Amino acid sequence: MSISREEVEKVSLLGRLLLGPGELEKMTSQMGQILDYMHLLSEVDTENVEPMAHALDLTNVLRDDTPGVSLPRDEALAAAPHRDDECFLVPAVLGDP
Amino acid sequence: MSTPHKVVIGLEVHVQLDTRTKLFCSCSTQFGAPPNTQTCPLCIGMPGTLPVMNRRALELGMKAALALNCEIPRFTKWDRKNYYYPDLPKGYQISQFDLPMSCDGYLPISDAKGRFEPKRVGIIRAHLEEDAGKSMHAEAAGKADSRIDLNRCGTPLLEIVSEPDMRSAEEAKAFLTELKLLLVYLGVSDCNMQEGSLRVDANINLHVDTSEGTKATPIVEVKNMNSFRAVERALAYEIVRQTEAWEETHTELGGPGGFKTTRGWDESAQVTRPQRTKEESSDYRYFPEPDLVPVTVTEDQIEQSRQSLGELPAALRTRLEATYEITPYDSDVLVNQGRALVDYYIELAEACGDGKQAANWVQQDVLRTLNERQIPVEQFPVSAAALAPLLEKVRCGKLDANRGREVLAGMVELGRGLEDVMREMGIAEVDDSALETLCRELLEANPKIVADLKAGKQKAVGGLIGQAKKQNPNVNPGKVRQLCLELVEKM
Repeated sequence: MSISREEVEKVSLLGRLLLGPGELEKMTSQMGQILDYMHLLSEVDTENVEPMAHALDLTNVLRDDTPGVSLPRDEALAAAPHRDDECFLVPAVLGDP
Repeated sequence: MSTPHKVVIGLEVHVQLDTRTKLFCSCSTQFGAPPNTQTCPLCIGMPGTLPVMNRRALELGMKAALALNCEIPRFTKWDRKNYYYPDLPKGYQISQFDLPMSCDGYLPISDAKGRFEPKRVGIIRAHLEEDAGKSMHAEAAGKADSRIDLNRCGTPLLEIVSEPDMRSAEEAKAFLTELKLLLVYLGVSDCNMQEGSLRVDANINLHVDTSEGTKATPIVEVKNMNSFRAVERALAYEIVRQTEAWEETHTELGGPGGFKTTRGWDESAQVTRPQRTKEESSDYRYFPEPDLVPVTVTEDQIEQSRQSLGELPAALRTRLEATYEITPYDSDVLVNQGRALVDYYIELAEACGDGKQAANWVQQDVLRTLNERQIPVEQFPVSAAALAPLLEKVRCGKLDANRGREVLAGMVELGRGLEDVMREMGIAEVDDSALETLCRELLEANPKIVADLKAGKQKAVGGLIGQAKKQNPNVNPGKVRQLCLELVEKM
């Protein structure tokens, strides 16, 4: 197995995923299988291959610094589960990130 | 604040680049708009949107990097920094991890008052990234919801990371002051701390010499400093706190309990307080941003950018000192006021022909008026060309300096020219023959003073100056003094 139960626990915490009873074991096993499969790549000889930064062979896609139209506030807030007239509302956040 | 140990400070500065639109979408970056009126599906993190890089942000970043003497790699890319926070709707920040747009630079700092030796502070890297939104917490914490404004989300930032090269709170403040000045001169950012255009985090610890070699105290990252003065005070506070903590516990960085911590500066209490422990950097699970293609930079582009930098503060100080023979302190004061004031000074110095005198008048009279009226030099009512003849009169003694100051105040007040104001104020130049007549009369009328002067009591001349001013308020006291002494000499 290429991933431990502790690692899956940590990743689920970072991803803010609450894994129910049995799910942790299931995830550990499934993620392990995925990682084992990906491990096939390590059999390829990459000695003289430049690391790839992007799948597309494109660079320098840039736009001009010209303002466009923003969303009306009501539309921006439309999908929020909680909101007031101006803002998104979230459970109280204490302190800075 | 002093400590017997070596202080080690590195700074992380975020500056907002002066673009009209955000880094990856065309929403406006204008400060002060009502909450959530400058957003679009992209910057509020809707699925299916694609970011497109702002060319101007890249150009401004490169200018700043070149002015900071950085290397510009020919290839740069963006990465995702993953973390969950309500002001970051995508769940990740687009930043740069292993291939930043610039690295390995330096910024020279010095102190015009000589409180520390001039030095170069290394720049590890400067990279482009997007800002998060703003969380507003209810006053009565605990109960109410937090309110989120996403206007700032996606605003272009340049993160500048220094080497841990600063050895005191003063050096850290000098670095920030010089960095801000440089970026403002470049037109890269307005660096307005009140509006969040410049934010600073500091890393600080001590290196302690012990019988078992040098030991490092645990690194503290200090946040929540809202002014350069706050940075200086927070660092001075940490130096004392860490010195005391070392003496009590001898906790070492990397030893038991010696991990890096984060503390926030409490401005009202003037102390730092612990914040939550920083996640390990690997917890951000950086990976290459698949939605943005990399950027390549050519030699020509770098050269063009370098040509566009203009005269930077350090070069300008040197030029002012060499051309106008003013002190480093004077050039520092002038340059720190911004390019417009420097241009005013240069015009004045050229027109009146005395750089030192021009520096004095600009620093004292002009700056005082600008501060009192809270106006920029562009709105100063007396142009350099109009001020120059007044300085000329003062220099050749036709007006004494105090009288000259009154005349300038009059010119500022009335908004009229020199001759006009002098007439208005009843100030007339006293020509040399009239002055000589006056002095002769005074000497004849005051044999006691003449006797004292002949006996070498030079102080006695004060009595004559007083009488001369009473008879003609326009006389120059310095000239009266000199002339009376000369006349007595010949008697």
